[in-house]
Amino acid sequence: MKTIKVLGTGCATCKRLLNDVNTLVVKNNWQVRVEYVTDVAAIMSYNVLSTPALVVDEKVLMTGHPGAAKVEAALFKALEA
Amino acid sequence: MQTNLTKQEKTPFSSADVRSWALVVIAAVIWFALYNVIQPFADWIAYGLLALPKDSHLGESLAFFFYDVPKIILLLGGMIFLITLLRSFFSAEQTRAWLGGKREGVGNVLAAALGVITPFCSCSAVPLFIGFVESGIPLGVTFSFLTAAPVVNEVALVMLFGLFGWKIAGLYLLSGLTIAIVAGVVIGRLNLERYVEDFVWQIKVGKGEALSEQPTWTERFQIAWQSTKEIVGKVWLYVIVGIAIGAGIHGYVPESALAGILGKQAWWSVPAAVVLGVPLYSNAAGIIPVVSALMEKGAALGTVLAFMMSVVALSLPEMVILRRVLKPQLIAIFIGTVALAIILTGYLFNLVI
Repeated sequence: MKTIKVLGTGCATCKRLLNDVNTLVVKNNWQVRVEYVTDVAAIMSYNVLSTPALVVDEKVLMTGHPGAAKVEAALFKALEA
Repeated sequence: MQTNLTKQEKTPFSSADVRSWALVVIAAVIWFALYNVIQPFADWIAYGLLALPKDSHLGESLAFFFYDVPKIILLLGGMIFLITLLRSFFSAEQTRAWLGGKREGVGNVLAAALGVITPFCSCSAVPLFIGFVESGIPLGVTFSFLTAAPVVNEVALVMLFGLFGWKIAGLYLLSGLTIAIVAGVVIGRLNLERYVEDFVWQIKVGKGEALSEQPTWTERFQIAWQSTKEIVGKVWLYVIVGIAIGAGIHGYVPESALAGILGKQAWWSVPAAVVLGVPLYSNAAGIIPVVSALMEKGAALGTVLAFMMSVVALSLPEMVILRRVLKPQLIAIFIGTVALAIILTGYLFNLVI
């Protein structure tokens, strides 16, 4: 099972991304685990400079929240690989 | 930037990009058309539709209000779009690469400039801070970057431009940059590394590959449009309330009523404005229309700018976020340095203008 991680420090955009990811997982019936990572040391181990960041199987897909449609497209690509 | 440009040259415009450009050009034409009918529209509402006499207090206040609200909202929409479009060419990762290996001084100047144009949200302050200092960027240079972003606030810049003209907006930009440079240099010279939380130095930053994919023009427009909606959506109500208060002052408060308390003669007004402004957490959108009206009534520009900068630059929520990586002593020194720099800037403006 693949793991999607949302890295965030608790800001509004981070929570929005987490919500959108959860919604997309239900909508597309993806068999994945979603984790919300708030620990600063854990976030920094991915070498990101801005939050939120979206991680699938330990690889950073994107930072920021470019909109649900782009998140969905990126997740589709990453989950099928 | 270089790689970015060559990449753009290699990939010709897609048809989607051409459509997006066309859309943006049409939007720009509509924008200019609207911008040019604001004054007649405001006069028509106040003096035509409501049939208020031309020299009445109420007529003057309302004409002012109906002129300034659409003007500022239009300006905010148009200019924030351009600013965020420009920002889509920069990234925190790129900025870190540029700042790496720069000496203090040059590094501070570059960091302050990049702080203004790098897309940055205060919720990213912690990873950004750690990522910068872990990669060897000096503490002072990091602070120049972190100070410039909030001091030079894009909404404040646009509103100063709309209500005071480009000279004052330019002065604000320059003094904001100077404050960020000076604060960073001072913090760098004081060798305050021991006041950074210890865990920061122990974090091992991962080696994950940097995200390097360049967005297309269509995507840049989408990013800019989304940020514009977000920013304008957040401030429009403050703009209206601020302008309403400003319009009331404009129509009812007599000329030079405030010269005594907020004018140049009162030496204590600049520090008083900063002391008042630091704990006052608001956004520039609501404050600038009010200070613009206050200035008409005799308040001095330096005092007013100092007040505004202390309101936007030092906000409690941001200090709470930074507290996770900085010890209280460093936060206090940071607030003190920035506040002092703002006070000096205020005096300078009062002296020069």
